[in-house]
Amino acid sequence: MIELQNISKTFRKNKDEVHAVKKVDLSIEPHSIVALIGPSGCGKSTLLNMIAGLYPPSGGKVFYDGEQVTTVNTHAGYMTQKDNLLPWRNVIDNVSLPLELAGVSKEERYERTRKMLAEVSLDGFEEKFSSELSGGMRKRACLARMLLYEPQALLLDEPFAALDAQLRLAMHDLLLKLWTEKRQTILLVTHDLVEAVTLADRIVVFSKRPATVTYDEVVDIPRPRDVREVRFTKKFRDIYNSVWEHLKDQYDEERI
Amino acid sequence: MSQDDIGAAAIDEIETAAGDSEAGLGSVSRPVMLVLQILVGFAFMAVWYASSGTLVDSFMISDPVAVARKTYGWFASGEIYEHMWATIYATIIGFVIGSLAGIVGGVMLGLSPFLSRLLNPYIWAFNALPKVALAPLFILWFGLGIESKIALAAVLVVFIVFVNTFAGVREVDHDLVDSLKLMKASRWQLLTKVVLPSATSWIFVGLKTAVPYAVIGTIIGELIAANKGLGYLVQKAGSEFDTAGVFAALVVIAIIAVIINELVGLLQSRLENWKVVSR
Ligand SMILES: Nc1ncnc2c1ncn2[C@@H]1O[C@H](COP(=O)(O)OP(=O)(O)O)[C@@H](O)[C@H]1O
Ligand SMILES: [Mg+2]
Repeated sequence: MIELQNISKTFRKNKDEVHAVKKVDLSIEPHSIVALIGPSGCGKSTLLNMIAGLYPPSGGKVFYDGEQVTTVNTHAGYMTQKDNLLPWRNVIDNVSLPLELAGVSKEERYERTRKMLAEVSLDGFEEKFSSELSGGMRKRACLARMLLYEPQALLLDEPFAALDAQLRLAMHDLLLKLWTEKRQTILLVTHDLVEAVTLADRIVVFSKRPATVTYDEVVDIPRPRDVREVRFTKKFRDIYNSVWEHLKDQYDEERI
Repeated sequence: MSQDDIGAAAIDEIETAAGDSEAGLGSVSRPVMLVLQILVGFAFMAVWYASSGTLVDSFMISDPVAVARKTYGWFASGEIYEHMWATIYATIIGFVIGSLAGIVGGVMLGLSPFLSRLLNPYIWAFNALPKVALAPLFILWFGLGIESKIALAAVLVVFIVFVNTFAGVREVDHDLVDSLKLMKASRWQLLTKVVLPSATSWIFVGLKTAVPYAVIGTIIGELIAANKGLGYLVQKAGSEFDTAGVFAALVVIAIIAVIINELVGLLQSRLENWKVVSR
């Protein structure tokens, strides 16, 4: 269970103040997939950083399984918006890094890594360095790295934004498949409402900066969902429309 | 367009023009370049040879043939090896000790803002010191043997490597460190898997800059008090008014410096093969 109590975050630099997140209360049920959606720059990444324990909140408290998060939250795997691959390591050594840190033998970690790389269609790229990969490939390497060490909770910050439509669907499929096996708690930040409705149990809409929760909707489309077909169902369209009603306000206001 | 813009555009143009003509000469193939380099060397020696005894007293500058003959003689008789070995040994050991101390210090202070602020004035004071002036002290402490030369070489190397390592550690991408912390990395793992690899290029800048200083430290130690080593040879030849001998010893010293530099470069390219990117 992830619990945010009255979380605020203000960045201060000299006299400048940026209010990124304001008074967010949110409880995330364990084993659920929750999509966080909101306009760009509203504070979604900042929120994930606080859940991961990388930024201290300026106000309020973050709890993970009833314990207050005060330092790096190692229960959560965090796939940041920027890909954090080590440039001096090739793909296989990057992806197997968490296993290496845990002391898994080289043979075993390579074997497990190869399987995971095949899942994200990166087989054949084991020896490449990150500078030799496309943006989408780097994202998939990061995804593979995070899935490989099986954290209880996954924080995904626009994980599929750099992928083409086909590959994105394949990744959705993979994520749901692995989730059905492992039942992690997944927090998914996204711009893409279709993606949110396809994957999530619940969609939380944030206002433009400073981020506050403006809308919260349960996605009760039954599982298992076919990531390619589900978007053509009526239920999908209804949920899409009702979330869009609230989301679009955030964009409209911005334009005025 | 403001005046500055015009100025910048003009400079841009000049640079492109210069770049074009440079590209013509800069893209000379490697064998051709090698031939050109050898030609420059020969031209230099020809001028040296011609001016010796005509423009300048040959006693002052000797001449390339005499220097070559002297060098050959040393190698043929084998008497040079003892001296070369003494210098190489002191240089390398001093370089290694100084580098290790510099790397360890740079990492420690780079990781600890408190320590680096605390020691900052002392470090810069130490840097401002003319370290060569420590030679008499080292001879007092470590005796006339090789140890005092090692100490001098190390002391000249340590600060250069320290400063570069420190900068490299400070430059580490904190997002990478954070991502490893989330994967439950220990402090030691953070150091060996992120901090050191990412500081590697910086450390090597320090190491490469420091190579000549290690040589200088050893040679100065040998000039002051020694009974072997190339510095000792320079000093002995000088006191015997043997200019050819001085030049010959300098040639051997230069060759040693080049070889050590190449070794460091080799180590770097092995450690940083990931930087070779095909375009
Ligand atoms: N480390 C930081 N220092 C200062 N300002 C920041 C920092 N991180 C984010 N911000 C600011 O906070 C706001 C929200 O950023 P972010 O959380 O990245 O938005 P989102 O992920 O929703 O696009 C932005 O205005 C951004 O400039
Ligand atoms: Mg973001």
